[in-house]
Amino acid sequence: MSQAKPRFSPAALLRGSLVPVLVIALWQILSTSGLINPVVLPSPVQVVVRWWAYLLPTEAYDPAQSSWILWALSGEMLFDAWSSLYRVVLGFAVGAGLALPLGLAMGGNPRIYALFDPLMQVLRPIPPIAYIPLAILWFGLGNAPAVFLIAIGAFFPVLMNTIAGVRHVDGIYLRAARNLGAGKLTMFLRVILPAATPYILAGARIGIGTAFIVVIVSEMIAVNSGLGFRILEAREFMWSDKIIAGMFTIGLLGLAIDIGMNRLNNHLLRWHRGLEN
Amino acid sequence: MTPMLKSVADTAPVADAAPVQIQVRGVEKTFAVGAQKIVALQNIDLDIRKGEFVCLLGPSGCGKSTLLNAVAGFQPPTKGTVTVDGRTITEPGPDRGMVFQEYALFPWMTVAQNVAFGLEIKGMSKAEIAERVEWLLQKLHLQDFRNRFPKDLSGGMRQRVAIARVLALDSPILLMDEPFGALDALTRRTLQDELLRIWEEVGKTILFVTHSIEESIYLADRIIVMTYRPGTIKRDVVVDMPRPRDGSAPEFNRLKRELSQMVMEEQQRFSQDEIRSVTAD
Repeated sequence: MSQAKPRFSPAALLRGSLVPVLVIALWQILSTSGLINPVVLPSPVQVVVRWWAYLLPTEAYDPAQSSWILWALSGEMLFDAWSSLYRVVLGFAVGAGLALPLGLAMGGNPRIYALFDPLMQVLRPIPPIAYIPLAILWFGLGNAPAVFLIAIGAFFPVLMNTIAGVRHVDGIYLRAARNLGAGKLTMFLRVILPAATPYILAGARIGIGTAFIVVIVSEMIAVNSGLGFRILEAREFMWSDKIIAGMFTIGLLGLAIDIGMNRLNNHLLRWHRGLEN
Repeated sequence: MTPMLKSVADTAPVADAAPVQIQVRGVEKTFAVGAQKIVALQNIDLDIRKGEFVCLLGPSGCGKSTLLNAVAGFQPPTKGTVTVDGRTITEPGPDRGMVFQEYALFPWMTVAQNVAFGLEIKGMSKAEIAERVEWLLQKLHLQDFRNRFPKDLSGGMRQRVAIARVLALDSPILLMDEPFGALDALTRRTLQDELLRIWEEVGKTILFVTHSIEESIYLADRIIVMTYRPGTIKRDVVVDMPRPRDGSAPEFNRLKRELSQMVMEEQQRFSQDEIRSVTAD
């Protein structure tokens, strides 16, 4: 996936903001008209105000207590976002960290593939969400079940793509490397692994997307922090403005993760032909 | 066919003094394509002396690449043996550096990393590698491209890198599978001249596959003309002209005419075969 070129021409900016502005205007009219209960649908202005309050620190700044930066970052939202991000990264690292070596082994060795493939085919269609009861039973509440669920969500996309990547390595690279005298280990680490990287990274991208879905769900169930927890908590107080503000934050975090992955992709695949345009 | 070649000398080894380095004996190679059995090579006997520049010439499907792959060790022959310096070839190795038509550069490595790869495998020290890579980049005029990736290079530049990569190995034998086939005429000529310059300087044995008659006359000490299915050696022609060879010289053109006739006979058999296979479908 190549990044779209940024276009900052005024005309493009205007065209791009037309639909969002219309939608928000319609929303504002609806919620202020009195036709809809503001508890059900708060006005956009109210959501923005709430979002801002959610972002800002809850206590007044006291130079004696902490530094300015720590104070600025002490708001509820940043703590929630950090908690969610931490779980995604940890869970993804565990899931991808297990999937990558297994995928490399399965892709490179037909016997290992034959050994593991049946089990993987049985487990793969089970949605990670379906593991929630088992995760709570095994790990109780807290970070552990969340990380477990996220790891499962990240595991299969990375595994499947790694296997495919290893299997699709162009034979010409293998022949060239053998001709240069490459042994098995060199072949694997210096030829097969880099040649499979585009596939592996595509899998990682799907995997982190799944991990992000799973983190929100698991926070609604197993833990007392994070963005998923926060919007469920807001529902209990009927704070619809905070629910929407939280959803908006989830969207922003997802976008940030996607941009980060894209940057990493472009860096690791800077040699790749597909990125030429 | 026989009497035409007297003018250019015939099937006599040039450098009589040099020892035989590549010895092909009774090589046969068959492939099964569906129910059909294709004899790609049959009864190939060939001696190549150390330092010789030999071209394998023939139309598509004549088995010239198959023969090269047998020497490279990628596809062992069905029958017969290939020996290099007395050792029977069973697998590819850095003593027979190969240049592929499709370059086969590692796209995730820069130019310098591609050239260094074979040396790292050999276990050379970092300083030695750096020095040797630098020397090769200079020699092939790649010094300004050392940190580029292959995707940013033209076809001619890529093939320079591929040549530098096998030269790095310092293998006594270079195997080249239509290395300049995909290049435009001017780039092709430049690289041919550079290859000759390097060959004269470092004295490698080169086995070079081509279907270009002119290329083979321009480059080779000896041209092995091959027949189309089964692939056999039709003629073994010694090119006894001083280099650099002039493509407009009467001697060059006489040889070109003679070789053209031989290659065209095989090309016609290839075309008939193709037409037959299409109408059979």
